[in-house]
Amino acid sequence: MLTLQAVLDGLLLGILFALIAYGMALQWGVMNIINIAQGDLVILGGYIAYFMYLYGIHPAWGVIVSPIIMYFVGVVIYKLVINKVVDRDLFISILATFGISILFMQLMNFAFGADVVLANSGYGTTMLFDNSVTLPNSKIFSAFISIVFAIGLVVYMKKSKLGRAIRATAQNARAAKILGVDTEKVYAATFGINAALCGVAGALISITFTIHPYMGLPYTIRSFMIVIVAGLGNLPGVAMSGMGLGVFEEFADYILGTEFRIGSVFLLLVLILVYRRFKLSRKREYLK
Amino acid sequence: MKIKNIIITFVSAIAILFSTSVVSFAKVVGDKIILGAAISLTGKYSSNGVHTQNGYNMAVDRINDMGGIKVGGKTYKFDIIYYDDESNPKRAAQLAERLISQDGVEFMLGPYSSGLTKAIAPVTEKYGVPMVEANGASRSLFTKGYKYLFAVLAPANLYLDVAIETAVELNGGKGVRIAQAFEQDAFSQDVRLGILDAAERTGSKIIIDDKLPKELNDMAATLAKVKAVKPDVLVVSGHTKGALTAIRQIAEMKVDVPMLAMTHCDAAKLSKQHGKNSQYALCASQWHKTLTYKDDFFKDGMTYAADFEKLFGYDPPYQSAESSAALLVFKDAFERANSFDQKKVRDALADTNMQTFYGNIKFAEGGQNVDKPMVLFQVMCDDAGKCENKVVAPLKWASAELIHPIPKWSER
Repeated sequence: MLTLQAVLDGLLLGILFALIAYGMALQWGVMNIINIAQGDLVILGGYIAYFMYLYGIHPAWGVIVSPIIMYFVGVVIYKLVINKVVDRDLFISILATFGISILFMQLMNFAFGADVVLANSGYGTTMLFDNSVTLPNSKIFSAFISIVFAIGLVVYMKKSKLGRAIRATAQNARAAKILGVDTEKVYAATFGINAALCGVAGALISITFTIHPYMGLPYTIRSFMIVIVAGLGNLPGVAMSGMGLGVFEEFADYILGTEFRIGSVFLLLVLILVYRRFKLSRKREYLK
Repeated sequence: MKIKNIIITFVSAIAILFSTSVVSFAKVVGDKIILGAAISLTGKYSSNGVHTQNGYNMAVDRINDMGGIKVGGKTYKFDIIYYDDESNPKRAAQLAERLISQDGVEFMLGPYSSGLTKAIAPVTEKYGVPMVEANGASRSLFTKGYKYLFAVLAPANLYLDVAIETAVELNGGKGVRIAQAFEQDAFSQDVRLGILDAAERTGSKIIIDDKLPKELNDMAATLAKVKAVKPDVLVVSGHTKGALTAIRQIAEMKVDVPMLAMTHCDAAKLSKQHGKNSQYALCASQWHKTLTYKDDFFKDGMTYAADFEKLFGYDPPYQSAESSAALLVFKDAFERANSFDQKKVRDALADTNMQTFYGNIKFAEGGQNVDKPMVLFQVMCDDAGKCENKVVAPLKWASAELIHPIPKWSER
């Protein structure tokens, strides 16, 4: 039963992480930017849901309101900062988004205070097998919404005009430009969509966990790892690696103890990277 | 052009010289005793930093209004120079250095949190500046042999001692089975050491001993283990985040434990954020307004709480009360030393033996207050869902009877 609990907890957690990683994979693939402020966008989205909750609106509505607001926040960040670093070295984009991350943390702290807060959904609990496996309904809700948004994104990328433009730009920005795609607009939209996904995830996190102005970084790191493990541009891979990571974390927690939870995730990352390198080196070809 | 540059340099040099000499304070200016404090007004500790500052300010105003401090036949008033340490230990140490060497402060008040106090203590010690602190409870502060550090609060290892002892007592003197989860920071790990001591003393067994990473906001794995092994007591300490996460997930996962003991319930506003789900949680507290300690300045806890609420608009958490007490200690020491000599004030501080509205204060060799026990309160809610914190242990101060064991979730 403990095993089943761990697997289910891990899966539900992983699906939520995967949603954040989706956004990161998208803008990393399209714009070649590693967004260190990803987690801070998530937290900001969480605060939107929290404030709705404070004013008596059910925080679940946050999953609709938060992405709309966050889309515009994303576009504004793009116009102010990101468009200046988009074609530059990866290192510069890391520095720039790191700056945004610090700025966001301080602004959120200034505006919302340093207290740890949460939004209560009042969703209750699903109990299985005579109360030996318990699943908070808020977590199930989170996972469900995450899946809906993830599928929605994939469909949107395949079918819509903007989606096609985004994919074209990701493949070859110059060629896309020549063929009449306004890459500037595509970049802004991509960053906006990423921020909107963060907004959804944030609203879900405020319902399932807690939020705090300085809690963004772990979400950035997790999504970074999920994307690395899955590989760029591999959206189903992101979903799989997100869930896998969630389950892996839970088991590491049970078997090794909570203190090794994050550590074991990093260890896994190192192992995967070493394995990748090993595989690559065997396939290495030389130009003569 | 060259001359212009020289003039600009000259003028700015004079300006800088002038500005530093103007802001430079001495320890005592006119009728003012100037204390220095680096406090977290921004950054992650800012809410508790503000509680600390409010506590200091309220006590300064009160002492000044009620006649000030009498030293050498003259009356003095308190004044505090504050700097914002941004919740950053390095910055706090720099600011302490600046307060002492640039602003000429010779007496310091402590910052918020053990971590920041740890950063400042070596600096005040180096300059021989007496520091009375009210918000650093980590045991390691008191084992370093600091001579100029005095803490009005009980050390962290005593926070949840009482809970284990109470559980053992209720178990007919037999040892209990303890599950514990502590954040990996100086304070929480000290609380853990206290539990380990108490467990050994009472013959109790620790069956789960998890360390929570700082960034963790999910305790589901720990709680699933708790559900499986059914301990007699569950102890959680991880600042406000730990308290909020624990209550949320215990309620969601319907974890039944006979006793749940925590820290930081006050700061987390548990009952406000979680309502009835937080019911029956036992919380360690340095102070509670219903305690009946008395002094001449604030009368007692209830009066202090009422006055504080009038000024700042919220019920004082213990962080504010202990900060106010720090000023009372300073006043008492200045008057007994009858001097502003740092050594004499330090010796007077070491001899402190007084009662304040916050509790008795008497310092041990290491500087910690040994005369004030921790109290435990339990969150109790009425049928309408209104929750209150009631002191349940130690029995001497109890205002309500401990509810034990906690009713099962299925019966609530």
